[in-house]
Amino acid sequence: MKYGLSKKEKKIGLRILISLAAFIVVFTVDKCVGLAAAVGGKFGWLLPFFLYLAVYVAIGYDVLYRAARNIAHGQVFDENFLMCVATLGAFALAIFRGVTGQDTEGFDEACAVLLFYQVGEFFQRYATGKSRKSVSALMDIRPDVANVIRDGVVAEVAPEEVKIGEIIVVNPGEKVPLDGVVTEGSSSLDLKALTGESLPTSVREGDRIVSGSVNLDGKILVRVEKEFYDSTVSKILELVENAADKKSKAENFITKFARYYTPTVVACALLLAVIPGAVTGDWAGWIYRALSFLVVSCPCALVISIPLSFFAGIGAASRYGVLIKGSNYIEKFAKANIFVFDKTGTLTKGNFAVSDVSPADRREEILRLAAICEQGLSHPIATSILQRYKSEFGEDLPSDYSVKNEAGLGVIAARNDERLLCGNASLMRKYGVEFEECDDSGTVVYIAKDGELTGHILIEDELKEDSPALISALKAMGAKTVMLTGDNDAVASKVALKTGVGEYHASLLPADKVSKVEEILSSKGKNDSLCFVGDGINDAPVLMRSDIGIAMGGVGSDAAIEAADIVLMRDDLDGITLAKRIARRTMNIVTENIVFSLAVKVAILILSALGITNMWIAVFGDVGVAVLAILNAMRVGLKYKTDKK
Amino acid sequence: MKKVFKLEDLDCANCAAKMQNAIEKLDGVKSVTISFMTQRMTLEADEERFDDVLKAAQRAIKKIEPDCTIAR
Repeated sequence: MKYGLSKKEKKIGLRILISLAAFIVVFTVDKCVGLAAAVGGKFGWLLPFFLYLAVYVAIGYDVLYRAARNIAHGQVFDENFLMCVATLGAFALAIFRGVTGQDTEGFDEACAVLLFYQVGEFFQRYATGKSRKSVSALMDIRPDVANVIRDGVVAEVAPEEVKIGEIIVVNPGEKVPLDGVVTEGSSSLDLKALTGESLPTSVREGDRIVSGSVNLDGKILVRVEKEFYDSTVSKILELVENAADKKSKAENFITKFARYYTPTVVACALLLAVIPGAVTGDWAGWIYRALSFLVVSCPCALVISIPLSFFAGIGAASRYGVLIKGSNYIEKFAKANIFVFDKTGTLTKGNFAVSDVSPADRREEILRLAAICEQGLSHPIATSILQRYKSEFGEDLPSDYSVKNEAGLGVIAARNDERLLCGNASLMRKYGVEFEECDDSGTVVYIAKDGELTGHILIEDELKEDSPALISALKAMGAKTVMLTGDNDAVASKVALKTGVGEYHASLLPADKVSKVEEILSSKGKNDSLCFVGDGINDAPVLMRSDIGIAMGGVGSDAAIEAADIVLMRDDLDGITLAKRIARRTMNIVTENIVFSLAVKVAILILSALGITNMWIAVFGDVGVAVLAILNAMRVGLKYKTDKK
Repeated sequence: MKKVFKLEDLDCANCAAKMQNAIEKLDGVKSVTISFMTQRMTLEADEERFDDVLKAAQRAIKKIEPDCTIAR
């Protein structure tokens, strides 16, 4: 995403460049020629003093102004103030040197410190602005207006004003402002902003659509089903906006640390100036060391880079349709090592589908006969058989059969003297068809023609294609996987075997799932973190109870969005491993930043106390750390490979 | 009562943390979080005194960063 500089930033940038150029000119001339020496005499130091002072004021007048203003407000440990003390102190020392006739030096340092301080500030501003932009791109899903039909005319109103049951018009190119059902027209919708899914979805009359999607082709009329505050887009925006309020342990640590860091460093600086100064009498030398302390007294690198990392993590995840409700969940999820799955709708598709036809060499015949029997029925089993037949062997089916339904058994279809049976084992027994009972788990439909068995069809809840890959990926990360289901043991063990899930518990009622999760929670170690993955239907209590609740297919499911900590907007398990990778990378970068920034700061403090470094190195170190930490934080938002193209 | 406000011209991350500390100590404040990244403040305070608390919060913010204002 491109992020241009704002007017204010351009102005500051230009000022920094001009001051830097001026500084370089003065500095080179001074070092090569020796400005003080060139003038010579007792007041030789005045020339470099005024030149450097000009540069100093040009680059730092706003810092000086803010420092003065904040002192008036009683803010002593303000970083502007500390910078001023450090730099003005350096100036004073240089003047002292000049007056006492020593070599004039130190003016350049004062300017440089302020210059680099400004560069660092500028960079921080740029980085945060950029990162904010990337999240506000997500905020772009907020619709501005709704075109509602009132008294036969289209009126443009705020989405908040539209009531349930009203009809709105959505023209091509517009955002869908409210959740509703299409009543007229057809089009394709772009859900990229919501789910990260780049392929458009086609909709027509009767389809339910969600707010925040973009209408691509045709004009559609939509009957509003939810008020704006209740609509998908509001829920998502609320979630994203609140994400930053749930602070992680790392962030709280840094805030706490910052509170004590600055006063401590300032106190040390004071002691360092006074005590050794009084003892040795070398006031100038020790004051100089103390001033170097002040240069590194601002904890900004840490304070900014940690939330920035989390923010970038949340932003990166949202681009792939994974909503994480707060930085604390990133922290916990990075550590999550027990994954509990709900079976139906999570690891499996939660629908019926033909999984096997036996014997295989008579597949077409079996499916065709079954389809003939089941056509016109709306039972899920009938639908799944018809769907499979039509997708494999085409649409046409003879319609001259007379079909009779045998309740609880199956269907009999007859034409002339031909008779087809399609149903369960009891149906076969009732009509004396010889068959071998199939003991596969799932629903078995037997087909017989004229009293003789043709074969059987096995119908099962389909496994999601990516379930086994997810389970093995989690196992490779060292996580424990558990599956919970209300289905019987036979079905559960089969799914467990196919997905490779480590442990399963079958025949659980919804309430049993909660107690099972609590059981696992109480037996887990202190550093373990339990993550429950469900489809958001009927499992809100479990989602709330677990350390991290992940809900699948968040679009359109309010309960899931509310109860879960991480919402997968797309019904796609890939999001879990992706979120895990993002969370891990974020936490790594956060740790790196904390350790690295602290180490450098402490090193600079020690070295300046010993008088080994000078202010140059201190300011380079300080600004450099801030810049590096921010760059590192921005790495969180880089591209992540998804398994699917 | 809990309300969310946008903070305009919040320029430094450390200041945001300082503001949060200052506002937390104000009388009548139950909880407050200031997010530098989203530039938002979530303030929870006694309902009947909310306006006063908000005013005090604004004063505390001004003290730390004079340009920063609570958008209402």
